[in-house]
Amino acid sequence: MSLRTIRILLWLPLVGFLIVLGLVFTGLIRPHDASIRSQMVGRPLPAFSLPSTRPRQPPLTSASFADGKVRLVNIFASWCVPCVVEMPQLAQLKQAGVAIEGIASRDTPADSLAFLQRNGDPYDRIGDDKTSAAQIAIGSSGVPETYVVDGKGVIRAQHIGPIQPQDVADILAAVRDAQ
Amino acid sequence: MKRVIALTLILAPTVSWADPTMAPEPLSYTQLPDPAQEAAAQALMQTIRCVVCQGQSIADSDADLAGDMRALVRQKIAAGEKPEAIRAWLIQRYGRWVSYRPPVDAVTWPLWAAPILLLAVGGLLARSAFRRRRT
Repeated sequence: MSLRTIRILLWLPLVGFLIVLGLVFTGLIRPHDASIRSQMVGRPLPAFSLPSTRPRQPPLTSASFADGKVRLVNIFASWCVPCVVEMPQLAQLKQAGVAIEGIASRDTPADSLAFLQRNGDPYDRIGDDKTSAAQIAIGSSGVPETYVVDGKGVIRAQHIGPIQPQDVADILAAVRDAQ
Repeated sequence: MKRVIALTLILAPTVSWADPTMAPEPLSYTQLPDPAQEAAAQALMQTIRCVVCQGQSIADSDADLAGDMRALVRQKIAAGEKPEAIRAWLIQRYGRWVSYRPPVDAVTWPLWAAPILLLAVGGLLARSAFRRRRT
């Protein structure tokens, strides 16, 4: 090896070090987002049929979404604290004319209904998802999560976590986009 | 009195964020009766990532959703589905991230090629070093 190439090669460790330093700093500056987005956005709702949480009501089926109406699907649970936080916003969306269907995750109907008695009930229909089967099929990784489903039954958008007051405008825009 | 109440509130254990009261699905903690099927389910569960306790496999995680995913895997295996088909089903929902076993394809080939390339480079370096010593 010539002296010149050796001189150039001597800089390589420093360059490598600076690259690692850059990686560490971008990791420090940019907050880590650990939420797992569903890959089902843009795809039709997976097939499911959940018995109704309310007594003597027809089941909540994925097929019933393909009727031309845009809806929200909200996955909630009576044991989920952030779900309480978003209830006023769901009521606000319902008042704005958005149809909301509920999926009760890992709950008993009695607990779900008591939860809605306390916090208000924005749902047209509620499906009882005891084993999280529908939740997993949709690609949801927790409660609460909200999906915008268009009139053909295709999932168009996903909101992870509780809907805060500042999120309502975004959700309404996503519903408009799905028309 | 106010101070006592405040202190009690501070010291009281914080309410957990989310804790279902329902009993877990039987199949999330019970093995399948057929040992061959259970082995296939176990092998798959060890390579599926839990979406709650990220970094653990669903076989290791105590999260409720991981339990439900184990039950789902066992049900699907018992129904005769192939493990790789179940993996593909989960990847379709949660992305490639959910699988601990990366396939060899256009995106992941460097992952598999890197060790071979590094070995080759190391071999070349060693060869030139030994040659120099001999002369």
